[in-house]
Amino acid sequence: MAKVFIDDIEYEVPDGKNMLEVCLSLGFDLTYFCWHPALHSIGACRQCGVINYKDENDKRGRITMACMLPASNGTRISIEAKAAHDFRAGNIESLMLNHPHDCPVCDEGGECHLQDMTLMSGHNYRRYRFKKRTHTNQYLGPFLNHEMNRCIQCYRCVRFYKDYAGGKDLDVFAAHDDIYFGRSEDGVLENEFSGNLVEVCPTGVFTDKTLKQHYTRKWDLTSAPSVCHGCSLGCNILASQRYGTIRRILTRYNGDVNGYFLCDRGRFGYEYTNSKKRIIKALKRVSGTYQPIENGNAFEEVKALMGEGKKVIGIGSPRASLESNFLLKELVGENNFYGGISNTEGNLIKQVIDILKKGKVKTPSLAEAKGYDAVFIVGEDVTNTAPMLALSLRQAAKNKPNEEAFAIRIPLWNDVAIREIVQERTGPFFIATVHHTKLDEISSGSFYGHPDNIARLGHAVAQKINNNLPSVPDADRESASLSSSIAEALLAAKKPLIVSGTSLFSKNVIEAAANVAYALKEQGKDVGLIYTVPEANSVGMTLLSENFVDDAIARVEKERADVLLILENDLYQRIGKKDSEAILKRCNQVVAFENLENETTNSCDYLFPAGTFAESTGTIVNNEGRAQRFYQVHIPRNEVRSSWKWLDILRQDLQTAEAKDFDAIVDELIQKNPELQKIKETAPTADFRIGTQKIPRSPHRFSGRTSMIANINVSEPKPPVDNDSPMSFTMEGYHGIQPSPDTAFYWSPAWNSVQAINKYQIEVGGPLHDGNPGKRLFEPDENRQAKYFNDIPSSFHPSNDELLVLPLYHIYGSEELTALSHAVKERIPQAYIALNENEARRKGLNAEGGKVEFYYQDKKWELSLKIDNSLPDGIAGLPKGLNETSGIGYPFRTKINS
Amino acid sequence: MLSSIRTVWLVFLHMFKKRVTIEYPEKKAYLAPRWRGRIVLTRDPDHNERCVACYLCAAVCPTDCISLQATEDENGRRKPEYFRINFSRCIFCGLCEDACPTYSIQLVPDFEMGEYKRQDLVYEKEDLLIDGQGKYHGYNFYRVAGVAVGVKGKGEGENESAPVDRKKLVP
Repeated sequence: MAKVFIDDIEYEVPDGKNMLEVCLSLGFDLTYFCWHPALHSIGACRQCGVINYKDENDKRGRITMACMLPASNGTRISIEAKAAHDFRAGNIESLMLNHPHDCPVCDEGGECHLQDMTLMSGHNYRRYRFKKRTHTNQYLGPFLNHEMNRCIQCYRCVRFYKDYAGGKDLDVFAAHDDIYFGRSEDGVLENEFSGNLVEVCPTGVFTDKTLKQHYTRKWDLTSAPSVCHGCSLGCNILASQRYGTIRRILTRYNGDVNGYFLCDRGRFGYEYTNSKKRIIKALKRVSGTYQPIENGNAFEEVKALMGEGKKVIGIGSPRASLESNFLLKELVGENNFYGGISNTEGNLIKQVIDILKKGKVKTPSLAEAKGYDAVFIVGEDVTNTAPMLALSLRQAAKNKPNEEAFAIRIPLWNDVAIREIVQERTGPFFIATVHHTKLDEISSGSFYGHPDNIARLGHAVAQKINNNLPSVPDADRESASLSSSIAEALLAAKKPLIVSGTSLFSKNVIEAAANVAYALKEQGKDVGLIYTVPEANSVGMTLLSENFVDDAIARVEKERADVLLILENDLYQRIGKKDSEAILKRCNQVVAFENLENETTNSCDYLFPAGTFAESTGTIVNNEGRAQRFYQVHIPRNEVRSSWKWLDILRQDLQTAEAKDFDAIVDELIQKNPELQKIKETAPTADFRIGTQKIPRSPHRFSGRTSMIANINVSEPKPPVDNDSPMSFTMEGYHGIQPSPDTAFYWSPAWNSVQAINKYQIEVGGPLHDGNPGKRLFEPDENRQAKYFNDIPSSFHPSNDELLVLPLYHIYGSEELTALSHAVKERIPQAYIALNENEARRKGLNAEGGKVEFYYQDKKWELSLKIDNSLPDGIAGLPKGLNETSGIGYPFRTKINS
Repeated sequence: MLSSIRTVWLVFLHMFKKRVTIEYPEKKAYLAPRWRGRIVLTRDPDHNERCVACYLCAAVCPTDCISLQATEDENGRRKPEYFRINFSRCIFCGLCEDACPTYSIQLVPDFEMGEYKRQDLVYEKEDLLIDGQGKYHGYNFYRVAGVAVGVKGKGEGENESAPVDRKKLVP
């Protein structure tokens, strides 16, 4: 701890901080632009000027930038001194010389850091009478809008985009007051994290293009704390709506998970919730077409179908909440419930859960992953399967070289000095995947091979760490030397991190990664082991499932079922056409609870409109076993509601057709599944109040209440009541610091922008006021004996006539729902089949783009050829989950023809 | 007695004074130009809608009786998709006019808005938008704003210099 004096008052502050962080943590309002809690200080904008005094006798002092002043013992500053105040006001006046007269048409207006800081500094009148400098704008793709005139040259965008996220195509051009931030020429910003520029930019240079389509000011948005359903990481988001449609997604700060950032799939993939294809009322199929049906009648008819002695089976969903899956299981009975994924995938996830539960190696959170100093990725294209993990790993790669800077006593926050020493160097970072992945650009060694060969490399590394393990038979020289250097680097590191996942559908890969981690643990290393899984609630659903879809197919093939209940699951997408038809045809009646029309809903008898994350409340479990609560953003003016509500009504006496409230369902769930006990603690119960107040979903400045539906009826209806959470759907409620899982927006007096997050944290950049939301369900136990997996696969030999087809992932397109959003759709690649040049030539194919035919499940598929020379011989890659390739189960073997 | 006669006399004298009561509606009262009555949306000198859908009027409205949705034309010029004022809630305080950065929303000297049904007091954009510039002439927000949106080229606004060449490094 260090003692510092701010305006002659003494404060105890933690060591190793700078004065700006300290002032903000202590609650002072000090202006700043270039500093960002995740990007640290560069002292470029000169906005956080304070007076620094030598000692208590120094009455004059000197102006210093607080962000570059270490908070060491005895530091003495003044924020309030007139000279400091005038300096900051004068500085912002200069920064604003060329700022356009745009606020009314600027999407940042009302949540603009520049507006906030201008008011805070005291500058209010433009004295400069000369012309304003202008810039032309660029087209930056479907996600971001560029308005360069508004720039105040703080450099945050390039520091985030290039230094933090590893982007290559955004840079700074020109000189002096002409400085320009953009691309060398118009074009799509390529980085997967470009959307964060919306929040990183202190003003409106980069704004959300999807929000622009249906623009609403921050103060008019009704938001709910939610969890991204785009991949398995469970990043925290704030989803906002106005007039019944979702308008945008912002990062919800969670110091344990995603921190300040989000990936573009998560941020811009929300538009499917507003799709015209949404199912908005209960439907019944009458002679081939769907007809609306009264809810009550639908319940009664479905109930009659499911009556005594009927054979009913239910298929759950990895994108539905724990509560919905649980209620389906309750409704159909334990033995009739099947997890909505293939057995291959289900068993892999089971294996991952088993390792999480029984292993002794810690699974770090997304934020903790940034703290590791050596990384070994075993068979996972992280950038595309779990994008935010790739961002964390990029930070981890900086730790080793950063140590050099720490050794000469440069603190972490001094970003320029650290960059100067580190330059482009990265720490030990090894990748073993099927083909070239984006993280290869920072890797110190990459290996491309068949999943079995990746597993063999993993086993070889484990063996070199722990010599007692069986050695890998017939290892070739190349991978032997690579495995030695990986083992050496991991052993030399303080905190090695092993990353793997289910994306290659290979049990061997998962086991090999666990072996490496176990071996390192035995060497006394503080090792981390992260597995990624396919979907948002893959882990949660699998925890509730004993059997999966293939078991269901086997069952209905033996004996027809009377009723099949499908929960938020497009079977065609997940298990393919053949299997879907197999199961749908063997069930007399099919009832689906679904968000959007899809191939599966085309062959159902009853459809119930289920809420997406925007209209449902629930709990999901991410890849590290962290249970997190998401809340519904609004009650739509149609019949859409959480699936668990439909299911709860269905299992009750129809006379009292009213769903139980959420807490009752959670209580029932944990009573039947004691291992999920902690999901109750993920958020306050619905009867929680602050004093007597609920927690508002809208800010106090919310407008238009007596007018927004006056065209329908001039008498305002009573606002809807939320019985499932302690939150209100309006602005009424407690406007101070709310419980962290229930914070719907960030606002603090004088802080209208997202930078108000500072006020919600105990210490800037640290945990939120009552702890980061989410509860981990499994913790490692140091005392457990790690059981090694001894099943070393044999090396893959390409066959002459057949190719093995493996999935290749794409951040835009491989996820079913986000791929339906307009902006994301523009970024989805053309479907292709990838081969290396050798293999293509051998099959008589040479031109990239040429048509390739192959058979899968007796059906002919035709795709264009893409040459990817990093793919090993004998292996073809197909983009997973695109329209053209959905429903394919990997891996499979096929012959291809030109 | 005397007092009663005096009263009758005074009343008699009033017959020859100028009348204070105006025979509304046959005759109209004088209303000052800045009188706060019915709200209108005005147009700029180029005859385009002045409203840029910035939501400030809605935010400042103490009775929350203004609601709108922003949209953009093909040039990115922002305007309201719909603009609704519920006059059955409006208190004619004029804060919306104060807040308006483009002189679009203005209160005009007209109060003759009586309706039998409350529902008829809900005015949409078509009802609010007038053809002229209202009380403030000559102002076009997009001429002074930094965005181009089809009104002008970049750097052609008032008090703007031509766009810089970003590939130039001359000091």
